[in-house]
Amino acid sequence: MVISGIRLPLMTSLIVWAVIWEIAGHTDAGFILPPLSSIIWRVFEIVPTPSFLDALLITGRAFLFGNAIAIGIGVPLGILMGRSVIADRLLLPWVNLFLSAPLSALVPVIMVLFGLGETTIVLTVVLFSMWIIVLNTRAGIRAISPSLIEMARSFGASRWQAFSRIYVWAALPEILAGIRLGMIRAVKGVVIGQLLVSVVGFGTLFEIYQSHFLMEHFWALLLVLFSFAFTLNELLAGLERRFAYYAASR
Amino acid sequence: MTPNVTDATAQRMSEFAPPFLATRPIVEVKSVSKTYPGGIEALSGISLDFPEGRLTTLLGPSGCGKTTLLKIIAGLIPASGGQVFVDGREVKGPGPERAFVFQDFALMPWASVIRNVAFGLELRGVAHSEREAIAERHIARVGLKGFEKKYPHELSGGMRQRVGLARALAVDAKVVLMDEPFSAVDEQTRRKFQEELLELVANEGKSFIFVTHSIEEAVYVSDRIALLSRRPSRVSAVIEPKISRDGDPDKIRRDSAYLDVVEEIWQQLKHYLD
Amino acid sequence: MQISDLATALPRLRDAPARRWRDILVHPLVLRLLSFAAVFALWEYAGRIPLSPAFPTFLETLGGLGAIIADGSLLKAFLITLYPLTIGLAVSVLLGVALGVLMGLHEPSEWLIAPLFIIAQAAPLAALIPILTFAYGIGLTAKIMTVCIMAMPVIVLNTLGAVRNTPKSLLEMGRSFLASRSQNIRLIILPAASPMIFAGLRLGCAAAFIGIILAELLITPTGIGDVISYNQSVADYPKMYAAILAIIAFSVLFIELLERIEVTLFRPEGRA
Repeated sequence: MVISGIRLPLMTSLIVWAVIWEIAGHTDAGFILPPLSSIIWRVFEIVPTPSFLDALLITGRAFLFGNAIAIGIGVPLGILMGRSVIADRLLLPWVNLFLSAPLSALVPVIMVLFGLGETTIVLTVVLFSMWIIVLNTRAGIRAISPSLIEMARSFGASRWQAFSRIYVWAALPEILAGIRLGMIRAVKGVVIGQLLVSVVGFGTLFEIYQSHFLMEHFWALLLVLFSFAFTLNELLAGLERRFAYYAASR
Repeated sequence: MTPNVTDATAQRMSEFAPPFLATRPIVEVKSVSKTYPGGIEALSGISLDFPEGRLTTLLGPSGCGKTTLLKIIAGLIPASGGQVFVDGREVKGPGPERAFVFQDFALMPWASVIRNVAFGLELRGVAHSEREAIAERHIARVGLKGFEKKYPHELSGGMRQRVGLARALAVDAKVVLMDEPFSAVDEQTRRKFQEELLELVANEGKSFIFVTHSIEEAVYVSDRIALLSRRPSRVSAVIEPKISRDGDPDKIRRDSAYLDVVEEIWQQLKHYLD
Repeated sequence: MQISDLATALPRLRDAPARRWRDILVHPLVLRLLSFAAVFALWEYAGRIPLSPAFPTFLETLGGLGAIIADGSLLKAFLITLYPLTIGLAVSVLLGVALGVLMGLHEPSEWLIAPLFIIAQAAPLAALIPILTFAYGIGLTAKIMTVCIMAMPVIVLNTLGAVRNTPKSLLEMGRSFLASRSQNIRLIILPAASPMIFAGLRLGCAAAFIGIILAELLITPTGIGDVISYNQSVADYPKMYAAILAIIAFSVLFIELLERIEVTLFRPEGRA
């Protein structure tokens, strides 16, 4: 927006909302929504505690493991579906199904099968992030210009060379977009998993703060999580833009 | 549009239309300049007249500002300096006396051919049955009879541009502005279009302003060609190809007068290429 | 489309008997059926090993499904679940599309409001559920609010993006034919934006289902959430799995139905 000739960047309005939040926190709503300033103080208080660092470690580990598995399975699966009509027709209905299905309903299944531990959280992350990676990779592979593949073949590229030197690179913008979307879903998945399991990582903290009505602590935790998710999204989007130039010139 | 007006215009033309371009200017561009935000100077002091009832072409190298000038005449972009007069009135924005034909057709994909053609009339509040009748006439006129209920994605590029042309004709504007209208169609369709365009200029009594980067196309269809230089654009020459347009189109394309004008323009434009 | 595929496939069968099996095999419909059959067979097999005592076979799960359909508990649970879901979704759609259109047309409101939804889109909003429970109690309101916070961001941002992405040449076309502001919005911007708005609605729907199930599992067990967690606690796994299968199938079919309705009502040109 432009005010008297000065362009205000989009996110600057968050300052307005922060002020509104601070004021609302000093009214009766303060019981549910404490003032932002006291929540920020609380962030500095809880972040160095062992229970927080422990939760961060467990959650971060589950997040990274889960994403690694999702990428490790999702990208090859997407390439396979992009190249083989039969594999595509066999698998696409399932990928589409899992992409739009309410996956939160499947978390209880993972819980009864794998117990209330880290494995369940990792699998929840995989379940949330994998499908969009598969679908984007598939789209990227299918968008490769046939003349690029013919070029590789006419210069005598072997199957492996065509795969590693052409397919992966040509589809990279879409694959990266898929990984970014997958990671955003994974953040949601890891939180949903921990809310439902509630004895692992941040789930434990949520449970403690909630049962003791520690609203400032709870909001502090939310602030940390939301900032992390937003920063991650921006970082990945920035990375994606660096590769987008050649998506446009294909 | 009413047949009377067309007849009257045609009559006036036959009364006053001596050999070449003695008609009054319908569009006057007076020292128009355009600088885009960021300091890119597209046009620099362009002055140009467009004779009534004729087709005038803006010709120049890619990115020279031909389209910018056309859109300034259309009132779609404001000029940074200078004035444009259409029919004696200064241009402040788009107006009913001008109709635009877009390079990328600008058809609404969710609307049928007839609704696309009638769109200008729909915006003016013309009653449904009346505007459909007018649209049907113009659809037939551009050779798309039977395609009224089709949607743009069911048509070829050439047919889509016919829809765009019919839409511009349907509002019965005095001046039709065409922005590289044939650049997105194949060569055969393009030649057909050029012949139909000549017929339109001869019979409609409207004034046409045409933008193209093709020398042959410009010479073939134009009564007057304004050659624009590279950015910041000026008018480097005004050429009036005096080609007899009656008879076989293929003969015209082999005609020595036609080929001479093409060659003359090519010599002038050649040095912009490096 | 599949029927016409079949029609073109048939004459080929007679021409080249040697290729008959391959042709039948790669037919989309056949492959789709094959795919479902394979997964269900694998499920049945894994259930019989057994993989885990908590992993019923496919047939046992179907039996469980039959049981909860027969005693009426599934239908009752669905009605309970759908109530807050429908209200929450209706609020999210109306408010979300309105906000998105407003922001798309009015830059100051975009500056003010959009950042909230951009953050909400990236953030794990499910973590707000405990706070909503504090604020609104364990009743219907908290569940409706859960559906709203899950579904709204994607609807709002898709609508905003759709309005912003109106093709420039269509806008110029409208201006050159002298469209007024309201004609411009009604006749050009909204129709041009509608495919992307509907895509947002579908995503919003999927998020709403995630939200309502979370709410029913986290806040208080009601509806489908109750069927799932009750059967989980008494270790009646076939019924638990059947309820999960039912809600997933329902949501997928619901979103499919939404798309069909969109194409028949709003896409006269017949393009999805």
